Amino acid sequence: MFETRIHGRGGQGVVTSAELLSVAAFREDRHAQAFPSFGSERTGAPVISFCRIDDRTIRTREPISLPDAVIIVDPTLLHHVDVFSGLRADGYVLINSTRSFAELQLGELCDGFRPERLCTIPATELAREHLGRPLPNAAMLGAFAQLTGVVTVESVAAAIRQRFSGEVAEANVRAAQAAAGLVPPSSGKAAQEEAINA
Amino acid sequence: MLEQIEGSQAVARTVAMCRPEVICAYPISPQTHIVEGLSRLVKAGELRPCEFVNVESEYAAMSVAIGASATGARSYTATASQGLLYMAEALYNASGLGLPIVMTVANRALGAPINIWNDHSDSMSQRDSGWIQLYVESNQEAVDVHLQAFRIAETLSLPVMVCMDGFILTHAVERVELPEPEQVDAFLPPYEPRQLLDPAEPMTIGAMVGPEAYTEVRYLAHYKQMQALDVIPEVAAAFEQRFGRSSGGLLRSYRSDDAETIVVALGSVLGTIEDVIDELRDQGVSIGALGIRTFRPWPSEEVRSALEHAKRVIVVEKALSIGIGGIVSQNVHGALEGTAVTIHTAIAGLGGRPITKSSLRRLFADGIAGELTGTTFVDLDHSLVDGESERMMQTRRSGPHAENMLRDVGIVGAGPV
Amino acid sequence: MTATRLKYFQTGSFAAGNRLVNPESRSVQSGAERANAITCGHRACQGCGEALGARYALDAAMRATGGDLIAANATGCLEVFSTPYPESSWQLPWIHSLFGNAAAVSTGIAAALRAKGNTHTRVVGQGGDGGTVDIGFACLSGMFERDDDVLFICYDNEAYMNTGVQRSGATPPAAFTTTTQAVGEEPGAPWGQGKSAPLIALAHEIPYVATATIADLRDLEAKVQRAMSIRGARYIHVLVTCPLGWGTPSSDSLRVARLAVETGIFPVWEGAYGDVTAVTKIRHRLPVEDYLQAQTRFRHLFKPRRRDALIERVQARADRNIRRFGLIDPVEYDPVALHVEGGS
Repeated sequence: MFETRIHGRGGQGVVTSAELLSVAAFREDRHAQAFPSFGSERTGAPVISFCRIDDRTIRTREPISLPDAVIIVDPTLLHHVDVFSGLRADGYVLINSTRSFAELQLGELCDGFRPERLCTIPATELAREHLGRPLPNAAMLGAFAQLTGVVTVESVAAAIRQRFSGEVAEANVRAAQAAAGLVPPSSGKAAQEEAINA
Repeated sequence: MLEQIEGSQAVARTVAMCRPEVICAYPISPQTHIVEGLSRLVKAGELRPCEFVNVESEYAAMSVAIGASATGARSYTATASQGLLYMAEALYNASGLGLPIVMTVANRALGAPINIWNDHSDSMSQRDSGWIQLYVESNQEAVDVHLQAFRIAETLSLPVMVCMDGFILTHAVERVELPEPEQVDAFLPPYEPRQLLDPAEPMTIGAMVGPEAYTEVRYLAHYKQMQALDVIPEVAAAFEQRFGRSSGGLLRSYRSDDAETIVVALGSVLGTIEDVIDELRDQGVSIGALGIRTFRPWPSEEVRSALEHAKRVIVVEKALSIGIGGIVSQNVHGALEGTAVTIHTAIAGLGGRPITKSSLRRLFADGIAGELTGTTFVDLDHSLVDGESERMMQTRRSGPHAENMLRDVGIVGAGPV
Repeated sequence: MTATRLKYFQTGSFAAGNRLVNPESRSVQSGAERANAITCGHRACQGCGEALGARYALDAAMRATGGDLIAANATGCLEVFSTPYPESSWQLPWIHSLFGNAAAVSTGIAAALRAKGNTHTRVVGQGGDGGTVDIGFACLSGMFERDDDVLFICYDNEAYMNTGVQRSGATPPAAFTTTTQAVGEEPGAPWGQGKSAPLIALAHEIPYVATATIADLRDLEAKVQRAMSIRGARYIHVLVTCPLGWGTPSSDSLRVARLAVETGIFPVWEGAYGDVTAVTKIRHRLPVEDYLQAQTRFRHLFKPRRRDALIERVQARADRNIRRFGLIDPVEYDPVALHVEGGS
């Protein structure tokens, strides 16, 4: 089972992101469970959503407290919410930012985790470029797929096309693909597997 | 068709396939996505003929459903929490009149303090309302049981409440096999009312009954509901035959046939419990679970035969009967009367507190070690309770509990410090 | 034109019967083919205004719909006296659900009929003042604002009579009820409280609102008939006397209702889409004292001592009604003279 926790703010599409990730996994014939942090949060309030992906039926309903990956859609949360809480030592971190981990003053964090699994991506900028609007989710998911390999970028694109239609869908797919292209080749699961196979 | 879909949308589409003729809607979280989905289907003409009535309260929602059902229309509504309480009077009326209304309850806690998160306080409070109560474990089961609910209701001419955990199920996106409309039509025949407001055959419905016959009318209500103990399994069997998967029914045992310890629970927490049971079984612990799918009528004999061989039963329940403790466990006690089975009550998950695997592991270990006494409140923060108790002892005007305790746990905005 | 028309009171009045008018204009009750929607044998008190009003209203609705009618009833006297188990007075399909939900149940019936493509069967909801203006008001207002195809009839006897004469939102000031006892400086129901359900109904801008009384049953029939010729939410508020609650002899039910109209205490009018469109003029204006003295619920205004100030206040309410609804043509309207007249 691969468990992802997504942090953002109300209105940033955090819940939709988890849903899209689950649909991407579903399209790969896997089992997936996406759910929000249940609450009556208003626009701008910190929001969490979750996504579990597995090869068999997912029965558990507890919130994800020991995630395999965290996605931080809104970097302003970094120093307000314990976004890394419970993250496994070999876990992935994807942050929506133009800055590096060091620049984000997350240097210490890097020590505890595998550096090739930590990645920042300028998703909001990519969204502005491709969508004309600062909606970073598609870009984040594209990068996430590339970073973790838990789903393919193609599945993310298919999930986006299933959820949205027309030019909105295509623009989001382009943002996702562009973001995937920005993930350093040395990062993530693919690189790790190559290393093992070598 | 297999889809990755939100629980509420899956239920909305399933209910639509059941061709309700009147749907009443009043918003309350976490039920709203269901009626929103149905509103779209009706407005788009995908569900017709159907009247979608936006009412002014839950009381009106149930009342409109009563009028519609008595006029021979298949009627549906959904609610939760305060909404269920607000329609309580009409709930008893619908069952007393024998109207086969189907309602989804997206289970949510009751106030005060106001709390929008999941537990079973709402539907448990209406366990004596004369409605059949079915609890579902997953969104797949929610879909399947809604189909069955209409058939059960109309077979018996009794209303049915399908209880699904608010947020945990209603807002979860997961894999669900949605039925095909033709399958549903074949499974669920058109509604043939037992009583009808019809000018061609005028009939008085809802007359006053005095002491001379009230007992008999109530006895019949009980007798009719107990018939559901036969009808529910029949409908579940017919469902399995047509749809090829097992869903619904009275109970579901999980690795409990030879278990020394059996965990009894309702709803979505069963999934988490089953995961823990698998872990414990791998460690050689003799443990299993019994899921209560039909809570009303209470399948007493079936519960007894499912549990009587166990050494101990741990009832995990998401509701609290203030002044006595467990609700489900009282029923389990009744079912196991005269046996040597030890019954423990664990109150968990109130007001949306997550029921985690680690808490369950601890609870089961304590139960097996014989360390559970009385009613256990899982993950209760004793220091928080003690602090407020202390405050109450020290000063008369100690203020409202909820706000005091929120301040204690450091929730910002809980009021002046 | 100088010709003087002869007044045949039998035809010019709205008295029940009306055998002299042409068949189409005759009252419903005068016909042998009347539906007897509430048939004999019910357990209403002698002189019950509600039984009378409901019978006329429903029979008129039955005639208007050719008997194609369903009724939903709120809890209350009408429900209790008409359906003592195992008997029922109702000759039409009839449902009683709860005290407060008759309007919503009616909505449900109408919705079911619509869903079934039944455009011919019509729906009447009914209740007393408690079930209408108090506990049932939210459901009623919801039914109005949705413009559901329901005629709701309130039989207003100005208190909770079924439970033993307790004050309702329709109880007039100074009236004795068992929860507004006739003691203290301002005995009876408090001043400055209560509501006009028909005016609130009118504010919903529904297609038809009317008030009526059992003093003019032909008028009630005509209004029901008019209401049934219209689709959408409609409301008729009927003042009905209650010998028990008002403290009137059973034989005085019609007389006291007529006094309510003739004094201006109860304005009789019709409205549509938010406006009052017609009023029934007062023919022989009487001081409110005539109305008050006819009922023991107002006895404390006269005994043990006369409470002129309070009687004046009741008169002022009637005067306001007359002014507001134009119940008397301006020429005839002289409040000063009336005060002198009424103050004797």
